Amino acid sequence: MGMTITEKILARAAGRGRVAPGELISARVDAVLGNDITAPLAIREFEKIGVERVFDPDRVYLVPDHFTPNKDIKSAEQAKEMREFARRQGLTHYFEVGRMGIEHCLLPEQGLVGPGDVVIGADSHTCTYGALGAFATGVGSTDLAAAMALGETWFKVPESVKFVYEGELPEWVGGKDLILHTIGDIGVEGALYQAMEFTGPAIAHLSMDGRFTMANMAIEAGAKNGIIAPDLRTLEYVHGRTRRPFALFASDPDAAYARTVTYDVSKLEPQVAFPHSPDNTRPVTEAGRVDIDQVVIGSCTNGRMDDLRLAARVLERRQVHPHVRLIVFPGTQEIYRQALEEGLLSIFVQAGAAVSTPTCGPCLGGHMGVLARGERAVATTNRNFVGRMGHPESEVYLTNPAVAAASAVLGRIAHPGEVV
Amino acid sequence: MQLEGNAWKFGDNIDTDVIIPARYLNTSDPAELAKHCMEDADPAFADQVQPGDIIVGGNNFGCGSSREHAPLAIKGAGVSCVIARTFARIFYRNAFNIGLPILECPAAVEGIRPGDRVAVDAAVGTIRNLTTGAAFEAKPIPPFMQEIIAAGGLIEHVRRKFAK
Repeated sequence: MGMTITEKILARAAGRGRVAPGELISARVDAVLGNDITAPLAIREFEKIGVERVFDPDRVYLVPDHFTPNKDIKSAEQAKEMREFARRQGLTHYFEVGRMGIEHCLLPEQGLVGPGDVVIGADSHTCTYGALGAFATGVGSTDLAAAMALGETWFKVPESVKFVYEGELPEWVGGKDLILHTIGDIGVEGALYQAMEFTGPAIAHLSMDGRFTMANMAIEAGAKNGIIAPDLRTLEYVHGRTRRPFALFASDPDAAYARTVTYDVSKLEPQVAFPHSPDNTRPVTEAGRVDIDQVVIGSCTNGRMDDLRLAARVLERRQVHPHVRLIVFPGTQEIYRQALEEGLLSIFVQAGAAVSTPTCGPCLGGHMGVLARGERAVATTNRNFVGRMGHPESEVYLTNPAVAAASAVLGRIAHPGEVV
Repeated sequence: MQLEGNAWKFGDNIDTDVIIPARYLNTSDPAELAKHCMEDADPAFADQVQPGDIIVGGNNFGCGSSREHAPLAIKGAGVSCVIARTFARIFYRNAFNIGLPILECPAAVEGIRPGDRVAVDAAVGTIRNLTTGAAFEAKPIPPFMQEIIAAGGLIEHVRRKFAK
């Protein structure tokens, strides 16, 4: 019996020939990640263990991105605690405001994650790196603390579910729509405790940015990880970026899956996830009349170059609807700079958007775009739970960046074809 | 580990934003977090919950964020145990790591009404509804995770590893 890519990566990290779903294994980690909300708790737990140093100062990544630039005194204290720990431990990869990015955009961009890696992060969207053919999963602060000390952690080997995307993607349909459609189909617990493996011709043609978007939202189906086997496009992306040697794995043809799900994407429309769950999806043409107050384009889901280019294509020579506030936040400083050079920021500003420094703030109702009672937002983020972006009686609709931009122009949920 | 309290029932997919909204995550003090626990699902919860009370959820309890603040808020509110049909995997791990007992038991979820008096033996996984007299058996906890509990949580488990 063959193995899936997830099993192969875990077996290697556990120093074993093979592992089987359901087994509890101890595996070394190639890197561990924390942010300004989860790292302070982890640092306090780490200090209880009684070791002086982290296992490797090159492999502990700390990114202050959630409440930074700091929104209040308490969040400033949290960021400070993390900053001081990074200095005390001599961490190589601590990223200060102005030189940072949203962690899951930043780490792949900086070449800090590569194919075949095992990465845990105290943030649920750590699963994003599965787009590179890595095993990456979210954990809590205590797990992060233990891994910072040991350089290893325990895993239950997950079963894998294979998702095959057949056909060619229509215009305005991308990675976000594939994953929203999938979560809409299987539900927010459709892959609970499992690995989601994305394959098929539509994935082969999908850009790296689109693949990051898909792997990012695996957690929204309850999955432990999302993963895409590396191909030439992956190698092009990591070439010149990835700093450590990496290993390429693919699933064996006779690997065992819990199940296989196949979609024909050739007639798929842009998707909208209605409140209050990422699985409450429908095609944008079936959204009906939904007037909106705010549009947010960015986040670890859709804050990359492809996303900003798509939004700019819709917004160019157009104006944001008078009743709408559009906030655009590039995923990293590098994406910000590139968007500046390509003239995208100019398009956004002329359209009437507020362009922000990279931050997770609006996505989780932290700062920079909190909703009032009864307000509605279209967002390219990953969650639309009750109270996610502010008041518990506000609403968030999840879409791709083209739908978000078109909605900003028309003041209601709209298909990009209505605008361009 | 004998636990006893009144049941608070919630539905499916109780997410971490409902357990503790991100707007309060500028602190990780369990007592502060407890003041806002379950606020967006039931604004009365934080004021009325009593030490020892038990949360009963449906499927996929704790889905969403990795924030350990979620089980910390529940523990800080004095809740002694969470029973659900299934848990989201990060929440499950976090709860063990911080020493919040949790049990998967679909039959108990069906057989407990809001306000029922419930007794739990977390070590063996037996759940008794003292109001109705019904008894339930939860899925056994994997031996490896029992070791973590026996050590008093993950950090103590790791501390012992380093001490060797």
